[in-house]
Amino acid sequence: MSGQEFGLAVSVFLACAVEAVEALTIVLAVGVTRSWRSTLIGAGAAVVLLAVVTAALGPALTTLPINVLRIVVGGLLLVFGLQWLRKAILRASGLKALHDEAEAYQEELAAAREAGTVDTGLDAYSFVVAFKGVLLEGLEVVFIVITFGANQHRIGLAAAAAGLAVGLVALVGVLVHAPLRQVPENAMKFGVGVMLTSFGMFWGAEGVGASWPGGDAALLGIIPATLAFALLLVAVLRRRTGSAANQAVARTPAQA
Amino acid sequence: MKRLESVFRFVWEFVIGDDWRIAAGVVIALGASAVVASTSLAAWWILPLAVAGLLAFSVWAATDSG
Repeated sequence: MSGQEFGLAVSVFLACAVEAVEALTIVLAVGVTRSWRSTLIGAGAAVVLLAVVTAALGPALTTLPINVLRIVVGGLLLVFGLQWLRKAILRASGLKALHDEAEAYQEELAAAREAGTVDTGLDAYSFVVAFKGVLLEGLEVVFIVITFGANQHRIGLAAAAAGLAVGLVALVGVLVHAPLRQVPENAMKFGVGVMLTSFGMFWGAEGVGASWPGGDAALLGIIPATLAFALLLVAVLRRRTGSAANQAVARTPAQA
Repeated sequence: MKRLESVFRFVWEFVIGDDWRIAAGVVIALGASAVVASTSLAAWWILPLAVAGLLAFSVWAATDSG
């Protein structure tokens, strides 16, 4: 396995695991409160649809000329990666609330209880909520699988990494039977953001005809540099918010 | 019309996300890289510089608005 393939597998696995944890919270809440059968049918239908989208769009993308493909893939990875990284930086520096699976679980439980009586046969509420939850959480992963996989003509490897992550999260979910609060979601999102942004820069630049010093080995510099810059931003923002909070505290007695 | 609007909103939120300036900046940076790459000058440094600037600007703007 080459370095780029390893990067592909790790990025897809982490991205998929994070989204699967969030989808599991929805599935668990609806299943526990209403109907397991309808919830699992809804979740299964969404997984099948996501697999169909991957199978249809992946090979279609690989027919594009390599440079066009790299510009499209690089651009999409940069846009997605920077959004993931932006959120992770804001969360790590305390400027945005961390995603709390326990809180999300309680909200889903309350909504499921308020949704009225459970239908006999296929419960429409359970089916729709599970279907929508898994589809929306999975759609971004599908884009990551397709873009990463198509660029390296390794959609099978990307899909296998995604499947492994979903399987692992589902297995742990069945064993624990509770939302997975201990998973370091923000650290994983931080890592995915760094990888997507780094590969986005690398392929985007190659797609428009730029040459990296050192060729493929440039990634060994791009990934740590992106990580270091993101961590630097977290440190600066923490200091900034810390000093702003201190100033506010210092001002309070004088104003009072 | 309403359905079309909700589809557009979904695609916008899915692709563009919380800060549209990031997507716009990426497009501009890719365009600038293409222009410079078509000359004899090195163009690889444009995207890393743009990414650093966009990310710093976007999180800084988020702290000011928050």
